[in-house]
This record gives sequence, structure tokens and C-alpha cells, in this order.
Amino acid sequence: MDIKKQFREGLVTQNPVLVQLLGMCSTMAITTVFFNGVGMGLSVLIILTCSNIVISALRKVIPDSIRIACFIVVIATFVTIVDLLLQAFVPALASSLGVFIPLIVVNCIILGRAEGFCYKNGVAASAVDGVFQGIGYTWVLIVMCLVREFLGNGTILGGLSFLNDGNGIRILPEGVGALGISLPVGGFLVLACLIAFMQWMLARGEKKQSEEVAK
Amino acid sequence: MDVQQLFTIALGAILVNNFIFAQFLGICPFMGVSKKVDTALGMGLAVTFVMGLASAVCWVINEYLLINPAIYGDGPNLAFMQTIAFILVIAALVQFVEMFLKKNVPSLYQALGIYLPLITTNCAVLGVVLLNVQNNYNFIESVVYGITGGLGFLLAIFLFASVRERLDATMECPKAFEGFPIALVTAGLIALAFMGFSGLSVF
Repeated sequence: MDIKKQFREGLVTQNPVLVQLLGMCSTMAITTVFFNGVGMGLSVLIILTCSNIVISALRKVIPDSIRIACFIVVIATFVTIVDLLLQAFVPALASSLGVFIPLIVVNCIILGRAEGFCYKNGVAASAVDGVFQGIGYTWVLIVMCLVREFLGNGTILGGLSFLNDGNGIRILPEGVGALGISLPVGGFLVLACLIAFMQWMLARGEKKQSEEVAK
Repeated sequence: MDVQQLFTIALGAILVNNFIFAQFLGICPFMGVSKKVDTALGMGLAVTFVMGLASAVCWVINEYLLINPAIYGDGPNLAFMQTIAFILVIAALVQFVEMFLKKNVPSLYQALGIYLPLITTNCAVLGVVLLNVQNNYNFIESVVYGITGGLGFLLAIFLFASVRERLDATMECPKAFEGFPIALVTAGLIALAFMGFSGLSVF
């Protein structure tokens, strides 16, 4: 088990959203307010880690032909648990994420990791993988939220109930923000820019590496 | 039956609250299967069919098994099992459709290929079922919402695939934006156009 490699893969080189291009729906849909992004990211992190552990523990018992159905049942169980917990303890978050919490069941990241990693690796490695892939997803969500909330609404850190009644800290004066960035259009555009940035960074890294090898 | 209500639901699902461009449901197949118009159309039709069917079946299951007062009385019901029950129903349904097509319409089965099993994990399908419950739609309304939501998906993926086919053939763009990012920008611009429909309040 190579924790350092898994850390790098989860956060950068195999980032679930920016490189593997999975889990687009929630990434664009809920990232309008800071707290939404944090809540969604942490929920996915917890569900991903738990389902990774259970699936890799059961990987020798699950028959090959019906494995997808088995994965989905495990994932759906944890999603239901998190959904009920959120409704009980953070009702504001649960209502603003709405249908996207139960939809974590069909989030390709979780099914993708189950199929691509846990089904072949041990419990400990799968748990670590779940945590790092979850952090990789969470940081992208948080960046998306910060950009979209700042440009679209002129505030940062919105949705935290102890901060200015959940309205966030206002930086730009009211009415200056580009409303379009908070609308669906903005989701597509901001994510496109982030992925483009990631492609640029990765290409630059490879170029540097090959130059060093050439020397 | 209130036809006006059904028309509002249909119009909303196809244009105003389009599943792709307004609600962000089903982005993965939308991006994945939109390189060619033919496959995009096949995928759109298959999704429409499954969404309609899933809306109907899940409504029945929800109403008669999970929250039926005749079974549970005033006590706690099985509403918390909705997510698990619905995803299992959808997975079984997709499997069933796959078997049916394989046996009876092999040509369509061949055309859809691997996209058919992928519909299980399409969030538009689970999304429409959950939204039916959330909006308290009755049976007819659920089915109409399912089918028209699917038609909205079909419209979106068809428009997008048409644009993308031309773009891929002719356009030059910065290297970093090649491939996926420029496709997202394209989708964003179509979403901008669809925003125009939000002014469409007929009733």
C-alpha cells in the first residue's frame, strides 16, 4: 500500500472530478453557496469511505454477475443513513441540497471506485482510497463554490448560519455580481475553466518530467 | 383530470426546467454519449422510455407498498426505504428492458449496446422518480412528468450532439480546453439559450 501515491492520485493526478470526469451533476448543481459544497463534499466522503470498506470486505463473497446490484444496495444503505442524519441535524443543508443527497446513490464516483478499486484491493487500501478520493471531490466542490459565490453573488462563505445569518461575508457591493455565474450556465463555464486549468497543469508537469529525463 | 395541469408539467419538464440545462440531472450520459447524433438519439429514446416506465412502476410501489396507510396505519411507514427501493426497481427494470429488446428487437438492442445498462446509473431516472414523490404527483402526473422529462433529455442531447459534431470537425481552441472543457463551454452556452424559456410562464 502506497499512501503517498494514493494521496497524490486522489487529490491531483486521478482527481475524480477534474481528471476522471465523474460526478458532474452534483458538482455543477449545488455549488452556488459555500456551505452546500462543504456539506455535499463531506457527505460523499463519508459514504464513499464506508461503502469502500464494506464492498472490499465483501469482495470475495459477491458473485461476479450481480456485483453492480450488490454495490448499489450497499451504497444506497449508506446514502439513506446520511440522508436521515442530515435531515435530523442539519435540516437547512438537507433542504438546500434537496434531491441531490439521495442522488449520491447514482454518483458515478462511488460506483466507479467500487468497481475499479475496491473489488480488487484490500480493506485498508480501499478505506484510504475512499478518504483521498473523497477529499479530491470535496476540494473541487469548495473551489467551485468559492468562485461561483464570489463572482455570482459578491459574497464568500455563505450558508454558515453563525456568519451573518447565513448570508456570508459581502465583498462586492450588492448588485455588482454577475448573476449568470450562479445560474446553470455558470456551473458549466466554471467547471470547464477548472478542468482546462487541470489539463494545463498536468501537461506542464509531464513536459517538465520528460525534459528532465532527456537531460 | 386536469389537462391544464398536465400541460404545465410537460412544458416545464421539456423546456423551462429541462433536466440537463436547468436541473443538472443526467450530465454523465449527456457528456459521454453525445459525440455522434445517431447514438445520442438512441440514448435519448432509451432514457425517455425507462424514465416513463420507472415513474409508473415506482409510483405504484411507493403508494401501495412503502406509504400505504392500509398497511401501516398511523405508525411509521417505510418512506425511508424509498431511495433503496427505487434504485432496485430501476436496476431491475433496465435489466428487463435489456432482456426484452435482446429477444424481440435485436436491431435496437445492438444499436444501444453498452448504453442500456448505463441507464441504471443515470441520475435523471432516479431523479425523476424522487421528484415525483417530492412534488406529490398522482399516477398520471408522474407518468407525464417521466416521459416529458425524458423528451427534454432527448432534446438536450440531440441539440448538443449536433453542435458538437460540427465543432469537433472544424474548430481550433486553446490546447488546455481541448476535449472535455470546450464541450462543457458549449453545453453552458446552450444552457444560456435555455434560460430564455424561464420567462415562459403561460399560466
